[in-house]
Amino acid sequence: MNDTLLTVNGLKKSYGGTPVLRDISFSLRKGETLSLIGPSGSGKSTCLRCINFLERPDAGEISLDGERIGRVMKRGRERDMSDRELAPQRRHIGMVFQLFYLWPHLTVRDNVALPALKAGGMSRSDARKLALQSLDRVHLLHKADDYPERLSGGEQQRVAIARTLAQKAKLILFDEPTSALDPELVGEVLTVIRELADDGLSMILVTHEIRFARDVADRVIFMDGGVIVEEGPAAKVIDRPQKERTRAFLGQVGAAEGLPA
Amino acid sequence: MNPGSVPAILATLLAGALTALQIATGAALLAFALGLLLAVVNVFVRAPLARATHLVIGAYVEWMRNVPALAHLFILYFGLASVGWQLSPKVAAITGLGLVGAAVLCDVFSAAMRALPAGQREAALACGLTPLQALQTVVLPQVLQFTLPALGNYATQLIKDTAIASAIAAPEIMFYARSLVTSTFQTPLIYGCAILLYASVIYPVNWAFARLERRLGAGR
Repeated sequence: MNDTLLTVNGLKKSYGGTPVLRDISFSLRKGETLSLIGPSGSGKSTCLRCINFLERPDAGEISLDGERIGRVMKRGRERDMSDRELAPQRRHIGMVFQLFYLWPHLTVRDNVALPALKAGGMSRSDARKLALQSLDRVHLLHKADDYPERLSGGEQQRVAIARTLAQKAKLILFDEPTSALDPELVGEVLTVIRELADDGLSMILVTHEIRFARDVADRVIFMDGGVIVEEGPAAKVIDRPQKERTRAFLGQVGAAEGLPA
Repeated sequence: MNPGSVPAILATLLAGALTALQIATGAALLAFALGLLLAVVNVFVRAPLARATHLVIGAYVEWMRNVPALAHLFILYFGLASVGWQLSPKVAAITGLGLVGAAVLCDVFSAAMRALPAGQREAALACGLTPLQALQTVVLPQVLQFTLPALGNYATQLIKDTAIASAIAAPEIMFYARSLVTSTFQTPLIYGCAILLYASVIYPVNWAFARLERRLGAGR
């Protein structure tokens, strides 16, 4: 039985000689929700951005559904793909950003329809239909005709999630989706992400919401200093961490969240 | 008709205005297309080629901006003619003003593209758009909206700059005005009519840009 969706093997990345990722390997099953946690600068976001090649890794292999991501053989030599060559692969890897990055010159509906229209080659009417379905899933159907700047941060992030849903990706990457939100707006975004997890979408979630990670993720990876320190079932890693560094980190954020350390 | 009468003056200058508009339109199209192309290359070119491209485009922009447009027109018209390549005054003016304008607009477009959050384009690439699609649907619509006031300024400046094409005998407004003055000596009247003509061309252009700005801004 092969239900592996994503494998990451030996991922390395440095910036100007400073290593940010040192040999990261993990995999993700279909329908699984994986959460990456760890202190700021531990490489979580960089790791996530390497999966869809928004950052080009220095070394390592990434495969989605058995297809090698971001590398191509041309004239007997292997090299990184260009952004144009990456486009068909990126279609299958949705990404939700910390700062939403909706397109301000388009209505909410057109924001959500654009990937299906341009990357998916759908007709305009089909793309718009799909956009409305996706907006309904994040409970924002009534905002379809508004421009993004009229929406609250939480609503903007839910539109960004709808945009990713309309892409019909095999995997969705969440890069700290609630870190830029006012505290009272975090809940609505987490609720939507939880619903998607319950629907069986395959997701990787970089987050500082430890309690949420424990509740929603099937598995948790704790990273620090560009390496995976500990990984395992969410409840196990967060409630009964084995490694001292994990305990120290959870102790710090646990204190802030009122969790038992 | 008395060649010194106002209708006769206006009729002559109007022929010049037509030439001026042709020069301005041609130069604007060249400046817009080349300026946008240079800006896109300048901003989005990647690692191995970036240094060389920045150097070449930067040098072009500096050169064009630091030399008076009149000097460029002289080189294109008299300079090329002396090596056996005779351009018509109109073509020389369109080329010269267009090349200078491309440098100006390259700067304008580059600045707007750099001001756009990089994440906007990344979001487009991340959902499977090609770089060209991201450019067409995400980057350019916003860049054009941002730069509309600067484009309006450039357009009016360009129309006024067509006057220097008279120095290479392009039959535009000031060219006819000067020749009318030498034949009729109606100096204030003729130059007054010329000024009126410039204003009546530039004012609608300004108005159209202002209206476009309001309309594009109204959606949000």
